[in-house]
Amino acid sequence: MSDPMAEIRASFFIECEELLESLQDALNDMDDGASDSETINVVFRAVHSIKGGAGAFGLDALVAFAHRYETVMDEVRSGKMAVSPEAIKLFFHAADLLSDHVRSARDQTPVPADSESCLQELEALMGIDHSAAAAEEEVSSDDFQPMGLALDLDFGDDDGGLPSLDDTIQDSVLVVSFTPKPELYASGNEPLHLIRALRALTEESKIETHFNALPPLEQLDPEASYITWSITLRGDVDESDIREVFDFVEDVCELEITSTEDDSGPFEVLAELISEPTLSDEAEVTAAIEPVSVNEPAARDEPVAAPTPPPSPPVAPSASGGGRQSSPSAEAGATVRVDLERIDRLVNLVGELVINQAMLAQSVSEAGLPPNSAVMTGLEAFMMLTRDIQDSVMMIRAQPVKPLFQRMGRIVREASAAVGKEVKLKVEGETTEVDKTVIERLADPLTHMIRNSVDHGLETPDKRLAAGKPEEGVITLSAQHRSGRVVIEIEDDGAGINRPKVLQKAIEKGLVPADASLSDGEIDNLLFLPGFSTADQVSALSGRGVGMDVVRSSIQSLGGRITIQSEPGKGTIFSISLPLTLAVLDGMVVNVAGETMVVPLSSILETTTLTQGDIRALGPNTNVIHVRGEFVPLYDLGAELGYRGTKSDYEGCIALLTAQENGTRSALIVDAIMEQRQVVIKGLQRSYGHIPGVAAATILGDGQIALILDPADLVQNATGHTRTADFALAG
Amino acid sequence: MTDDIAPTQNSSEIELLSFRLAEEEYSVDIMSVREIRGWTRATPLPHAPPHVRGVINLRGTVLPVVDLSVRLGMSPVEGDARNVIIVVQLGRQTAGLLVDAVSDILSIPREELQAPPDLAADSAHGFISALTIVDGRMIRVLDLASVLPDDSAEAA
Repeated sequence: MSDPMAEIRASFFIECEELLESLQDALNDMDDGASDSETINVVFRAVHSIKGGAGAFGLDALVAFAHRYETVMDEVRSGKMAVSPEAIKLFFHAADLLSDHVRSARDQTPVPADSESCLQELEALMGIDHSAAAAEEEVSSDDFQPMGLALDLDFGDDDGGLPSLDDTIQDSVLVVSFTPKPELYASGNEPLHLIRALRALTEESKIETHFNALPPLEQLDPEASYITWSITLRGDVDESDIREVFDFVEDVCELEITSTEDDSGPFEVLAELISEPTLSDEAEVTAAIEPVSVNEPAARDEPVAAPTPPPSPPVAPSASGGGRQSSPSAEAGATVRVDLERIDRLVNLVGELVINQAMLAQSVSEAGLPPNSAVMTGLEAFMMLTRDIQDSVMMIRAQPVKPLFQRMGRIVREASAAVGKEVKLKVEGETTEVDKTVIERLADPLTHMIRNSVDHGLETPDKRLAAGKPEEGVITLSAQHRSGRVVIEIEDDGAGINRPKVLQKAIEKGLVPADASLSDGEIDNLLFLPGFSTADQVSALSGRGVGMDVVRSSIQSLGGRITIQSEPGKGTIFSISLPLTLAVLDGMVVNVAGETMVVPLSSILETTTLTQGDIRALGPNTNVIHVRGEFVPLYDLGAELGYRGTKSDYEGCIALLTAQENGTRSALIVDAIMEQRQVVIKGLQRSYGHIPGVAAATILGDGQIALILDPADLVQNATGHTRTADFALAG
Repeated sequence: MTDDIAPTQNSSEIELLSFRLAEEEYSVDIMSVREIRGWTRATPLPHAPPHVRGVINLRGTVLPVVDLSVRLGMSPVEGDARNVIIVVQLGRQTAGLLVDAVSDILSIPREELQAPPDLAADSAHGFISALTIVDGRMIRVLDLASVLPDDSAEAA
């Protein structure tokens, strides 16, 4: 019993996540000014459904919290309470706490501490607008209803079965009193079938359902048996036939069969039959029950009476009736929940397939077959298929960034409350899909950066007003696909980076020499140095100096890069550029000093063969090349990686022109370009730490390992603060 | 290292895989050896310490190869068909040890293992966990944990 329950519990919590998501969405809409009843209904329903489900699992703390939240939302829905911005803020806070409660119920951790104060605030807010809050609280404890379910008990006679008035007088009338014991349900028996079987015995029957024993909901034991039936059978029925129907459930129910005189005429029975609503035909029952009212007992008994859930979807009737909607998850397209492990296995297998295909291609070309032979064309088709499979598999792992962004909404609310700033989070492109692993590993750096933006990026309200800006600061979080990568931007409309102050701080901390003259971009990048913090005061949120350097290294470990753009008085934009997937990349296979290496195609702008006129000496050890009206620094890959010394003359060498996210270009000298190919990324063991300029490794067709270069990292490490020394190597 | 011995093994004896490095005999606990491979060219890693020969493809995974000779302060192993790579596993870490040649598998009673004398001047001294004598030859037992790169120190 515990195992299926655990499964149901798990799916309840998954559902909770979905409900919380739609709750956040609706609150965001409300925050944007949507005050239509449908939006409020979505909020209400989400809370209500969580409460209903939690009730079924006996998660009392969650139920209690959701209930009080729901009560407030009900007030809002009925228009008794105006929706003020403060109220919405509280709703958000309560929604955050609700998700905490869900989490604590799931992980069985202690419930969040400040839930009581938030609820009191909420209720106080409601009390101002609506004095009966306390009374409402009392009353409303009754209106917690289990989810009503469409009832498809087919007790009724349909029209063909109506006994006619001029039927002959029946031989006898038998009253069967049927009281199931809990064991009957536990052993998987269904009273409905028994009653149907009874009814089939005769033409005329009357079924009464007794709910007298049904306790109030809070005392209801879901596994107990409360409902009894008495079935009056008229006609040629033998008691033994009835006993036979109950043959298998004899010891798990109380059965009493009494023979009575024919005291009521057929007409009377018929009248009762017609007047009893639950005895109409199946379709009508379903239709009649759906807008179920609070006092309808039939809706209440169904979860108890039916050991197997009926196929109709659960309906969440609201306490005050109306507002019935199908649950939001039902609107989404058909989906399948798959174990992540299986997908990962598939991804790995496809990775192996790609390597294998490359090996096959290599051996075919080594066999010296003509280019348009059947084998070659077949291989080409195979390659295309592999690619398609790979894309599809990658798509399975891709997920929208929406849940991640919603978490950031919470971070903004908490952070802004902590520092006393008015902050609004605008979210764009939340449907952008990124590999699941990327999303997971993005949460921490993003949290950190959002906090930074709230704490350091935005000014205090009075400073904002003084600068002629609206009091409320805006942080825009956006995601979009840009040339095969995902770019996530965190933009604030704050004061921008205070560059003199940053420089001064860096000099104070000895991170740069006192007489350094740095460009704006270089000063901005000082923020990423370990141990740097501009905040004058160390706040609870940020400013402890472990920060942007950690952010940058975690972004880099994802194969991403982070850049800053800042304009004084206007704000700051942090851009994170990430690969779509961590598993494969399109690369250019090159030869450097006899080693085969792969350069990601996404970073290569063009390739060029250098002529004497292109190369100009910059310093004693450095060269630039002149390409398309721009001077681009030249790096010799072989020398940068320490494979060989520099060449005396670069005329005739092949250069890859690469571009970084921030627009910086650089030219990398390689010895030869071999081919363009999709490679499977294999992580290097971390034993040797971060190798400058190397992102990962891959296995080539001949089984050899080739390193995958990270041009931006390579250039960064070659031009860092030891610029002259590295240039001496490169030049 | 000796703690890694599986309980099924006769605890009074230890099995060692012995190999040659520049005419000297070394050995490792056979329980930590995964396989022995013939020499394949390793792809060098830029800016890696000199004893890290590079990485090789071990059935789809990237395996770092340590030139044991350099690691112990001797001249590099030539790297030709006679050399072998011993694939060892320590905890979750797998690495290849490039050695001159594998010689033998020895069964030695535990009590015949001696702790190495304390000679701080020798750079290889820290890598030896025990010494023993077999047929008049001295055999050094390697301490794998100190030979392999430390994976916990650097989390970058």
